[in-house]
Parts: sequence; C-alpha cells; structure tokens
Amino acid sequence: MIEFQLNGRAVALAVDPSTPLLWALRDHLAMTGTKFGCGEALCGACTVHLDGAAIRSCVTPLSAVAGKKVQTIEAMQDDMIGRAVQKAWIEHDVVQCGYCQSGQIMSAVSLLKAHPHPSEADIVGAMSGNLCRCGTYQRIKAAIQAAAAELAA
Amino acid sequence: MRYEALMQRLAHHALPGEDEPNNGGAALSRREFLKLSAGSAFALGLFTLPQVAHAAGGGQALKPNEMPDAFIAVRTDGGVVIQVNRLEFGQGVYTALPMLLAEEFDADWAHVEPQLAPAGNAYKDPYMGMQMTGGSMSVKNSWLQYRDLGARARAMFVAAAARRWGVSPASCRTQDSQVLGPDGQRAPYGELAAAAMQEAVPDQVALKVPADFTLIGKPTRRLDSPAKVSGREQYGLDVHLPGMKTVLLAKPPVFGARLGRWDAAAARRVVGVADVFPVQLDRGASGLAVVAEGFWPAQQGRRALQVEWDTSGVEKVDSARQLAHYRELAGTPGLVARADDVSALGQAAHRLHAEYEFPYLAHAPMEVLNCTLHYSGERCEIWVGTQFQTMDQLAVAKVLGLKPEQVVIHTQMAGGGFGRRAVPTSDYMVEAAWVAKGWRQAGHVEPIKVMWTREDDLHGGYYRSAYLHRVDIGFNGSGRILGWKHTVVGQSIVAGTSMAPFLMKGGIDHLVVEGIVDTPYRLPMHLEVHQPEVNVPVLWWRSVGNTHTAYVMETLVDELAQQSGIDTVAYRKQLMQGRHPRHAAALDLAVSQSGYGRRTLPKNHAWGVAVHEAFGSVVAYVVEAALENGQPRLLRATAGVHCNLAVNPLTVRAQIEGAALMALSTTLPGNAITLKDGVVQQDNFDTYAIARMNVMPEIDVHIVPSADPPMGMGEPGLPPLAPAYANAIARLTGRRLRRLPFDLS
Ligand code: FES
Ligand code: FES
Repeated sequence: MIEFQLNGRAVALAVDPSTPLLWALRDHLAMTGTKFGCGEALCGACTVHLDGAAIRSCVTPLSAVAGKKVQTIEAMQDDMIGRAVQKAWIEHDVVQCGYCQSGQIMSAVSLLKAHPHPSEADIVGAMSGNLCRCGTYQRIKAAIQAAAAELAA
Repeated sequence: MRYEALMQRLAHHALPGEDEPNNGGAALSRREFLKLSAGSAFALGLFTLPQVAHAAGGGQALKPNEMPDAFIAVRTDGGVVIQVNRLEFGQGVYTALPMLLAEEFDADWAHVEPQLAPAGNAYKDPYMGMQMTGGSMSVKNSWLQYRDLGARARAMFVAAAARRWGVSPASCRTQDSQVLGPDGQRAPYGELAAAAMQEAVPDQVALKVPADFTLIGKPTRRLDSPAKVSGREQYGLDVHLPGMKTVLLAKPPVFGARLGRWDAAAARRVVGVADVFPVQLDRGASGLAVVAEGFWPAQQGRRALQVEWDTSGVEKVDSARQLAHYRELAGTPGLVARADDVSALGQAAHRLHAEYEFPYLAHAPMEVLNCTLHYSGERCEIWVGTQFQTMDQLAVAKVLGLKPEQVVIHTQMAGGGFGRRAVPTSDYMVEAAWVAKGWRQAGHVEPIKVMWTREDDLHGGYYRSAYLHRVDIGFNGSGRILGWKHTVVGQSIVAGTSMAPFLMKGGIDHLVVEGIVDTPYRLPMHLEVHQPEVNVPVLWWRSVGNTHTAYVMETLVDELAQQSGIDTVAYRKQLMQGRHPRHAAALDLAVSQSGYGRRTLPKNHAWGVAVHEAFGSVVAYVVEAALENGQPRLLRATAGVHCNLAVNPLTVRAQIEGAALMALSTTLPGNAITLKDGVVQQDNFDTYAIARMNVMPEIDVHIVPSADPPMGMGEPGLPPLAPAYANAIARLTGRRLRRLPFDLS
C-alpha cells in the first residue's frame, strides 16, 4: 500500500510500487488530465508537481512518491498562480490540440513559483523540456509573461 | 463569478466585467451536455438519429447533411448545441464551424456549445461523400453547408415566432438567439424551440453578405480552451469504460514480418496481465496482443515476451541503399507528368544542376494512436480520434463481419494528427478490431483500449515518403529560364488504395508532383516521376507533396535570382508574369511588414524569402536568420497570407505559427526516420528531434483582406518556411542546402 497526498487529499494505492505515477493517476485514479507523450522524460506532457517541484510522472515510480504531496493540472484552478496561468492561456488562445498543455501549464506554474519575474531566458530554460507538436511556443511565452505581470499587479 | 464561468466567458471573447450567464448554461461540462441532449430539455435536434426525416415535413429536396436536425439543438435555457462534423485536432474547427452556423442563425455566441459529431450519414463532407478531416478542407467545404444550416434553422424560428404573434415572418428580425417582432415583441430561441421544430424546413434560404457578418471574420477565441487548460478535456486516450483493459501490441521489427516462435509464460506471470494471444496485423504482419489492467502491466508483459520474428520474404529497407537506388532511377526515363518543350535548354548560357534529398518523416502527434472498442458480437462501439470515420467504419465492419451501421464511432478529441489519423487502410483501427475479435473469441467481454507507445509510433510507418529530386535548368544572363528538366523519385501515397482513382492520373500520383507540375512560375518544364514500391508504408503528412516540392522550387528560384543578380522578390514576380495576384499580394504584404529591402540587417544576419500556394491558400514568408557559432538560427518569420476571407483570424495566425514550427522541425538535425536492415532507427524524441522553445523564432502573421469564399489554413503555412530559411542560410554561408534535415558540419 502506497500512501501520498494528491491535490490535497490522502490516497492509498495497492499497486506495484514500480508503477510510474503517471499510470497510477491515469489508470488507477481516473485522473486523466496528466498526459502520456513519450514515457521517457523527453516531452513533458506528464509534468506534475512533487512536493512543489515539477517532475516527469512517466519516469517517477510510485515508490518515490510515498508520503509526499502530488499536485496535478486538476488542482491548478485552486492555486492562485495556476489560475493566473490558465487565464493567460485562454486570453492568448494558446492551445491548439491542447494535448501538451497540461504539462506546459504545470511547468509554467512551477517556473512562476520559483521566479515570479522570469526573464525570457528563464522562460525558455524552464519550458524547453515541454514539447508541443502543434507549435504553440510563441503564445506560451507571451502567456507566461502576462501571468507574471498580472500576479505582480 | 464562478471560476468555470469565467473561463467560459473568456473563451467566448466576452468583455471582462460582464455578468455571469444566467444559469451557467455555458459552464456545463461536455458530459453534462450529453446527458441533457438525451433528455427532454432539447426541443430541436435528433443527434442520435441523423437520418430521420424532419417531423413536420419540408426539406424533401434536402440531403441529410443539409437538414438542421442533425446539427443544431436549442435547449430551453437557450444553449445552442452545434455538431461539428470534423475531427478537432488543433486546427480550430470546433470554433470555426460553429461560427459559420451561428452567424446565419444569429445565435448568441456566449451560449454556443460545440460537440464532435459521431460517424453518421449526415456528417459526411458535402463534396467528398465521406466523413473526413483533411486536405485543409474543413472550413472551405463547410462554408456554405454550415451557413445554410444556420439560415434554415433561423427561418424555422422566425416562422414559429411569426405564427405566435400573427405577423409576417418578413417583419421579424433575429439577434442574439432571439426573434424580434415588428411591434417590439421578443422571443428567445429557447422558448421557441419546440414550436420551431413543427415548422417546415425551407429548401432555399438567403445568406448574409460579408458586409453584414458580425461573427465571421472577427478574431474569436477557441471554445475548447477552458477544457484544455484544466485537464478536463477527454481525448481518445482518456476514454475510460467500466472493466476496460489496456492492450499493447508486440509487432515485428520489419514491416510485414510475422510472428515466429513465441513464449508468453513470463508475460502472463506479470500481475495485471489478463491475456496474451496472437493477432493479425497491418500489411500481412502478425504479432501478439498483451491485454492487461492498465498500461504498466501491459508494458511489463510486453517486455517479458520471448518472440522470434519471421522476416523471410519481406524487403528489408536500408536508407543508404535506398538513396543509391533512387539516384540510379533518376537517371532512367520515368513517367512523364509534364512535357513542355525544353529543347532550348542545351543552348542556355548558364546551367544549374541540383539534386535534393528528403527523408521519411513521422507525424508524431503528441497523443499517440489509440482506439477503444466494445465489441459484443452484433455491435461494435468505438471511441477514437479519427480523421476518416466513414472509411474506418467500413474497414472495422469488414474485420468483424458486421454491417457498417453496426459499427458506432464516437469521435474523440485528438492530440494532433497531421494526417496520421487519416489512413486509407485504417491500419490502427483494423488492428484494434482484430484484437477485439481475438479477445472475444478467447471468451472475454470487457471493452479494450488498444494504444501505442511513442516507440510504436515512430516505428509504426505511414511516414511522409522519402524523396529524391534531380533538376537541370538552363537560363540566360537576364534570368530567363529556357528549360527546366525535373525528375522526382519517391513512393506514391495513394497507389493501391481506394483513393487511387481520384488522385492518380496516367499512373502518376498527383500528391508526388503537386507544387511542381502546377508551379505559378512561367517556365518550360519537363517533369518525370518514378514511384518505386518500397516496404515502408507512407502517408500524407501536413501539406503532403508540398512538404518537399515547395522546398525544391523555392530554393531553386532563389538561386536563379541570385545567380542572375536580380532581387529574389522581383524575380518571382517576373516569373509569374502578373498572372498570380494572390501570390503577389501575399509576397508584398510579407515584404512590407518585415522591412525587407528597407531595413539593414546586422552583420551575420540575412533575409530569406519563399512563397507557395497549397490547398488554395498562398503563404509567403520573409525570414531573418543568423549564424551563431557557425550554426544557423531562424530569428524571425513574417508571413503574408492569402486565404481569401479569414473566418477566424486568430486561428489563421495560430495555424501559421504551428505550421512554421513544424517546418522548422524538418530542418533540425535528427528530424529524420531512417532504416537499417528493415528496422527503423529512431525510438523516441531523443533520436527523433522536434523543435523546442529554445529554437523558436518570432512569428508575425499578416492576412491579405478578402471577402472571397475561404480556403483552408491547416497546412499551407508549412511548405514555404524551410525554403525561406534555407535561402537565408545560402546568403549567410554561400552554401545551398539540398538535403533535409540541414547539416552544416
Ligand atoms: S510522457 Fe513523461 S516526459 Fe513524455
Ligand atoms: S497544443 Fe498540440 S501538442 Fe501542444
């Protein structure tokens, strides 16, 4: 039995501890907001926060999550920075297929938590691990800048 | 204001500070819509029975895809639910098609709620006779259909209101989902819906003129954003049914190879693996299906399999050998696609010989292919994000021995596709159907989700074909082209498929030569084609033939301009001889907005230009590139776009930005699928490179104003980007890059 905190509530799972967090979320907890894109920490689609830090859930075994706090895209609307980022995403019409965007938003929120006033280089550095095959990077960058400005206001 | 309502409002482009919609109708989730649409709150619309004739008669002359019933439902609370008959996979039809309908229906945009239509007769493309998404055709082919639907529904609501008030329909107006009478009467659509249902469907309706549009042509935010930024959107891979199992397929490493000896004892011991059985696969191959409680046991089970593959009798393609073979073929006579007189070529003062190489490319949409099926023996229900519902329905029905109508397809949102979900062989769905059949034969009843991993995706074929071009051009000192001899070698996309009769002429696949054979440049051309058969499945890939033909044409024209000492923009116009005003307008706009010819660039920076028409839209790029530590870098791209009327300018811009990025990917080291001994050598995004934010250029999009019927925009932004970039690199380095991806080492 592995216990951890998911979006503020306690969960306990009796599954193989080698199961990546991504599949525990998707297959066992029906939390499908976190996406599968590569399974090898190469695309960022599966990004979640583990004790506040952005991690790739596709390569993070459940055993590494025991006793910790996990936050997923589903919790972002209850987070001040998460909300500002989602709003900026909508205002900038960022999404296309949208499939990468849960991961993009989780990376962006994590960036803004660490750097409330990110430079362009900070944004590129923090976001280059998140692939978007639809090519929404320009709008992602603008939305992060807008969210940072709004949070500072 | 509630958070969800706020998000919805933002998406509907409402002004901040406006009141919350009256009962949060717009804030309902998709699932709730579905629940509602099954209940009595819907007064107009018979989504689940699109073939049913209208209750009150009328519309006898209309086809099912012209009847409003299948497309519009108005809830009593005023929600206007619109069926979108195309796959939404990023290109924005989920917003654009409702815009067309809502414009003529005079619906209140804040209460428009799209849904993806299931497979059905009424949802077939009005011109193609099948339900499909592709060829940048969605807006173009829906332009009249969706507006007609809106206008018909509007006429029915007006008729109902006029009857209620005892006035003439002509004296009524409509606005924001209300009918307004001549004496100040006012009836919201939601109240009228039941009565409107009783009115006859008009055959003929008048449409608005562009000057009267209030929605079409206005930058309009996407309606799918709120669900997609909150993790609520359901894609095919997110489908979850009670008892559902996950399936991974063990496939042979060489296309078309077969299962040899195998041992699944270790796989079966993995906790959560429910079954392992042999399964027939695409292209005569066979393999094993591993069925499990979720992905992880399926993956562990698949890894634990002991399998020998029988690769006898199948061609084992090797990229290096293939290139040598294509070079040989280019030197032999091929099929003639264009036969202008090029006899003057021999007398030309100058000659330009060039050979170009393009690799296989994977579509690699971010959401891997997947298909969920529930097969009961008499019926198969499918959840899938497909571009080809009609063909897939037929293909699955054939595998399962069912009638097409016994195969129900629920179209799911898709995480990209770029052509990979439009397969004439229905490869991944047919394989999923074979698994469903085997699963049932083994005595199981649960639904199954057959999914691919990224490795399966990159190994799975249906690539953009590899091509070789050889060109010999004779020109004189003033840049006049005396003869252009051009040979293309590469696989046909449609040969041997059900699409061949429509796209092949004289044995030549139009998709191999589009963009050359129909060049806007006036020049005497002799074009020959070789279409070797190769054991690598190929497919259309965003912008299809134009992915390689635009590159060849636009880099060669630039080179001719440079060698002739003529400005590259002026030279293009000279070659078009004033016959292509849309090309000229797009070019001029990109030129003026970029500052080309007026702004001096810093040292080590250079301009690059290209223009190309695809799917009826013309896109011109003026780019600025630089050399950084000897490596090229695309800094800026200014696009001039002529797509006729831009239905949603926000989407047009987004499609250009996205297509430009996808084109940039094709230039990056590592963006190639190569084979050795029949085996694809790229496994995941570490070996198949895709553009990341750190190489992103600034992209600036400008649209030529027009009121002509719209053309597509999903693909045309791709073809001219890579040649514009290459032309800039040529100015920087003196090197003409004739192989993709670029290699400047
Ligand atoms: S799925 Fe985890 S990084 Fe790609
Ligand atoms: S929006 Fe489609 S992959 Fe990013």
